[in-house]
Amino acid sequence: MSERTLRRRTRRSPLRRAALIGAALVVMGGISAVAAPTVSNASPLPTEVGTGQQLFIKNCSSCHGLNAQGVTVNGTVIGPNIQNAGAAAVSFQMSSGRMPMAGQQQQSRRTTNTFSADEIKAVAEYVGALGNGPGLPTSSQYDTTGLTAEEIAKGGELFRTNCSACHNYAGKGGALSNGNYAPPLTGTGVTNQEIWEAVRTGPQNMPVFSPTQLSDEDARSIIAYLSDVNSAPDSGYSLGGVGPVTEGAAAWIVGIGSLVGFALWIASRGARAR
Amino acid sequence: MAKPTTVSADSEALASSRPPGRRPLAGLGGPVGWLDDRVGLAKLSRHNLRKVFPDHWSFLLGEIALYSFIILLLTGVFLTIWFKPSMSEVEYMGTYQLLRGVPMSEAYESTLALSFDVRGGLLVRQVHHWAANLFIAAATVHMLRIFFTGAFRKPREVNWLIGIGLMSTALVEGFAGYSLPDDLLSGTGLRFVDGLIRSIPVIGTWAEFLVFGGEFPGTIIVPRLYMVHILLVPGLLLALIGAHLALVVYHKHTQYPGPGRTETNVVGYPLFPVYMAKAGGFFFIVFGVSVLMGTFLSINPVWKFGPYTPNQVTAGSQPDWYMGFVEGAIRIFPPLESHWGHTTWSWQIFLPGVGMLGLLFGALAAYPFIEAWITGDKAEHHLLDRPRNAATRTSFGVAGITWYAMFWIAGGNDILANEFGLSLNAITWFMRFAVFIAPVIAFMVTRRICTSLQRHDAEKVLHGVETGVIVRTPDGGYYEDHMPIPVDEAFTLTQHPEYPALQPTAAVDENGVAVPARVTRRRARVRDWFFRPNIAKPTADEVTEARSHGGAEHEIATHASDASDEQKAVSQH
Repeated sequence: MSERTLRRRTRRSPLRRAALIGAALVVMGGISAVAAPTVSNASPLPTEVGTGQQLFIKNCSSCHGLNAQGVTVNGTVIGPNIQNAGAAAVSFQMSSGRMPMAGQQQQSRRTTNTFSADEIKAVAEYVGALGNGPGLPTSSQYDTTGLTAEEIAKGGELFRTNCSACHNYAGKGGALSNGNYAPPLTGTGVTNQEIWEAVRTGPQNMPVFSPTQLSDEDARSIIAYLSDVNSAPDSGYSLGGVGPVTEGAAAWIVGIGSLVGFALWIASRGARAR
Repeated sequence: MAKPTTVSADSEALASSRPPGRRPLAGLGGPVGWLDDRVGLAKLSRHNLRKVFPDHWSFLLGEIALYSFIILLLTGVFLTIWFKPSMSEVEYMGTYQLLRGVPMSEAYESTLALSFDVRGGLLVRQVHHWAANLFIAAATVHMLRIFFTGAFRKPREVNWLIGIGLMSTALVEGFAGYSLPDDLLSGTGLRFVDGLIRSIPVIGTWAEFLVFGGEFPGTIIVPRLYMVHILLVPGLLLALIGAHLALVVYHKHTQYPGPGRTETNVVGYPLFPVYMAKAGGFFFIVFGVSVLMGTFLSINPVWKFGPYTPNQVTAGSQPDWYMGFVEGAIRIFPPLESHWGHTTWSWQIFLPGVGMLGLLFGALAAYPFIEAWITGDKAEHHLLDRPRNAATRTSFGVAGITWYAMFWIAGGNDILANEFGLSLNAITWFMRFAVFIAPVIAFMVTRRICTSLQRHDAEKVLHGVETGVIVRTPDGGYYEDHMPIPVDEAFTLTQHPEYPALQPTAAVDENGVAVPARVTRRRARVRDWFFRPNIAKPTADEVTEARSHGGAEHEIATHASDASDEQKAVSQH
């Protein structure tokens, strides 16, 4: 092939490619318009197709399977069986944007949730009906109004006994092994309902706290303590609220840094001595 | 029976007499004259007020530590007025609602009261804690200055040892203070020390029972630590600081080399009025910085930690920075335990914990003597080394800092993992190797940099500094004009002594008599290694040769020597 013909072909090719794509679209569109109902009929869904199941099939089934039974490929669990996870777990994972996951990660991270509250409720109720996990809480279970100071202080005691070992004394989060972590409980978007659901369902590395271990009253007081301790004013800039590590950094950088600067200034000033 | 004494009216004993000597303040009258008559103020001050100190910013680092200590004493006295060193349990009914009704020790309750109910209490608490962090940090920086300039050499070895004593005592003091409020973090820290004590082979358990009066936590550790924190250790610190400063006065201050500065003089300003003003002002600056930090930066918010109970813990439990390296050592040390008979030997706590403290302070204390043995240097030194000229010592120092920093980083491994999205295990494994490898790299790199800086100095002496002026010669060549450095600077760059390699000497001379001050083969080899990075200084001939080679057109201007030096007082030893 001469160089000239090569160049001509190269020049002509964008047009040709566009035409090909256009033709393909027309053909495929035509086929799908005719054949799609047939495909759907070939594997029929149950007659009572709820919104929750539809949303589940669209957003969750690629990893968790069509019936939430889990998917395992070559011995690797792509998505676990969540038939007994319960509505509360689904609600927690979806409202915090952790599910659906964009891809396999060490630990699914909090992202922006794109589902409406009704959609999440529908999926949660669908999954909840598959097994016997914890159900969705009513607002009275996590609502913190009406708690006395003593009850909230008791929530602090419970938090320090059960939660602060991983989540830090004020819920700022902490490291776990192998890149896992206990997420912060105080950031923007963390709702009281999510904390309640996490306590009851134990997402990811977190243990489950059943109602016999922590009553709903206890959970409420913990939630109230967390929000109160973080809305109380700090005694100055909190330096991240993670304890002495950042305090030490401040002592060296701000304290010694500025004092050495002053020492330089003092020594640079000469004096007339008699 | 003795006879009554008869005294003649014109006896000399009755004449008003004054001690002989110059009395420059006698004419002043008033309180100064009154004091001079009674305590010899003039004589005292004449000697001490005119004492000359050299001027350099790095000589003020120790002052930061001293002033922080004074701030600690002042704020500490304030805190003792309200703090109750008691571990008896009370139910909190104070103003901080989020702990209402929670059982806690009186120590913690009074700390809360100090923070919330005493006017200015929280500010003073925070100033006290920041000043404590600054005190040890400033002492550390001061120690590094002493190390890198060789100020620990003869005759100041004893003062170096006092400094090491001060440093280790300060760690104990800081730790005791950290443990007093009996909050969750301080209790966790005490538990850590409890583990350290228990890990000591054989005597561990008995030592623990001795310190805690029984099982941890017991009820007497806070009162005991209180006594240690406000009386015993501050007393020790004061005594050591007194000795430290007295020796500075006795030895006279070291000075950086320069024109007119010798091993037998001190060039600088007199204590009064120059250093009185400078040091006095600096005290208020340190106080100001501490108060500003206490005002704007939160430290140790004990009310958030809650009272200490052994069944609670918080993520990110760390000690204050100065104990961080021990924390780090324990965090990364591999699990290592021996079981002999029915006994358990817990090396994983003892070696990194107790061992690390012993190793650091032992190495620091031994260094002056090790270096003196290597160099065989028996002379007194009052002129400081420029760190580049003591390349191997500087490299040891940087390697030590690196080593310390690696343990430090390891002590915050969970915070690093969490803040930067890293794996805790990966950091731990990295640090296990880094504590060995990083100091070696730091040592080699620093030695190389020191040699390069020495070469740069020699280059400056021989060829001057670049002027930035590009000259075109008539035949079309280009060169950058160089300007000779001032003679004073050239002196400073070339004044340091050289240490030629020693030849090992035989144990006995040809007559079979033992050779005094013998150089063993090993000593010669180590000394040669120690000074190997040093390059030869440019000789006078080389300087003359380089100057003449440069030609007259390169000579642009030489600065007159700095006039300010001439105004400074010179005190002879």
